[in-house]
Amino acid sequence: MDEFSNASRTALHLLAEMHPDLIEIVLLSLRVSLSAVVLAALLALPLGAFVALKPFPGRRGIVILMNALMSLPPVVVGLVIYLLLSRTGPFGVTGLLFTPAAMIIAQCVLVFPIIAALTRQTVFDLHEEYDEYLRSLGAGTWQKITTLLWDGRARLLTGILAGFGRAIAEVGAVIIVGGNIVHSTRVMTTTIALETSKGDLGMALGLGIILVLIAVVVNTAVVTIGGSASRRTL
Amino acid sequence: MQETHRKILSAAAVLVVLAAVASLVFLSSPKGPSITVASTTSTENSGLFGYLLPIFMTETGINVRVVAVGTGQAIRMAMKGDADVLLVHHRASEEKFVNEGYGVERTALMHNDFVIVGPASDPAGIKGTEDPADALRRIRSSRATFVSRGDDSGTHKRELGLWKALGSLPRNDDADWYRESGAGQGATLNIASEVDGYCLSDRATWVKFANKRNLEILVQGDPQLLNPYSLILVSKQKHPHVRTAEGQQFIDWLTSEHGQELIAAYRVDGQQLFFPDALEAAKE
Repeated sequence: MDEFSNASRTALHLLAEMHPDLIEIVLLSLRVSLSAVVLAALLALPLGAFVALKPFPGRRGIVILMNALMSLPPVVVGLVIYLLLSRTGPFGVTGLLFTPAAMIIAQCVLVFPIIAALTRQTVFDLHEEYDEYLRSLGAGTWQKITTLLWDGRARLLTGILAGFGRAIAEVGAVIIVGGNIVHSTRVMTTTIALETSKGDLGMALGLGIILVLIAVVVNTAVVTIGGSASRRTL
Repeated sequence: MQETHRKILSAAAVLVVLAAVASLVFLSSPKGPSITVASTTSTENSGLFGYLLPIFMTETGINVRVVAVGTGQAIRMAMKGDADVLLVHHRASEEKFVNEGYGVERTALMHNDFVIVGPASDPAGIKGTEDPADALRRIRSSRATFVSRGDDSGTHKRELGLWKALGSLPRNDDADWYRESGAGQGATLNIASEVDGYCLSDRATWVKFANKRNLEILVQGDPQLLNPYSLILVSKQKHPHVRTAEGQQFIDWLTSEHGQELIAAYRVDGQQLFFPDALEAAKE
């Protein structure tokens, strides 16, 4: 217990003085995870909606796959991206290994199934409801997709924030593809792993507190948005 | 109203997307020349790189990116062409790396030493033992907890070498007292301090380690515990993209009189952690 209070004190001290290293790490974490989520959403929103609206052979399989991939283990994603981006791998020429871009790609892969699966479910439900109305307007597939995505925006945003929560909290993938290089690819979770291994528990706990705070903010946003959305539909 | 609202929102969405793409491009373009060094964890965890690299950066303008992993993993990383320079500490693996054509040549850089740490209560009674093999024999016969790196690092290879000299490696039925952490030195020391176990560590990580609790150094000073570090430039023959010029400049700088003086001057808690070897080795 004594150690815990010592670590907490160091942690609060680091937070209070806004240590430049700490700020750099937090900002990099946010930049990487936000970029990953935005990219994933750009791909997953149209794709999820398309799968919901357009029947095609093997659609059931795709839906099952999308749901299953939501629980992809980050270390496995990290390993696969590492092998792909390694100099001897198929995308080695890009030289992206051990850069923030590699971390963005890995987190994007992790977040994509979450947003895609949630989008499919949302658009599917809304489509059941508005099918006749949309048909009476003579809407094409693309028009249906944009209308239904816009209509389900609150639920979709919840899914996107859940994806962000997963991205910013994971350590397994980014430590492999980023390499935890100081001032370059060192983010909050990899620093926590490193500082813990050095026995420097104060810094680790300080970053842990920031991560928990971010999680609280994100989840408050999820609840608020989700709450106002369900009130409106009632 | 609804329509303008929607337009504003879509414009905002487009801006966010553009910002994300721009940051992706910006993040991936390194500023100025940079090299990637695959290194053992001890040089990074002891703070040596944090002290040397800013000086190197100011003097040469080259940004050094260190990926700190165990020696085994660092060597495999370099074999795949994912590093320009290797800084590791296991002679046999280093020579194999160079002989197989992956490395240009092996240059001695510096040394420190390994120590056997354990709980102050010392249940195996190894304190004061000079021969590390003898200490391990006592740990084995008393079945006192020993925490091994188990991660193919330089320290792990050295530990296995010491067991081998005793006749045999710990086996599966030794699992009650011989625990493999499969982790870095610091993480392994954390486990040892938690379970009051013995552990082989390089001195640099040990001195800098902040969670020692009951652990203390019990065996040190034997020549078998010497821990030499070397530098190897990855061969352009195997991997044409290797930044040979900058990598060689880094090696030359570290092994120069200036670099060696800086290494010798690095202190943690008033204690010198690394002892320069390059000038002696060059004379031979």
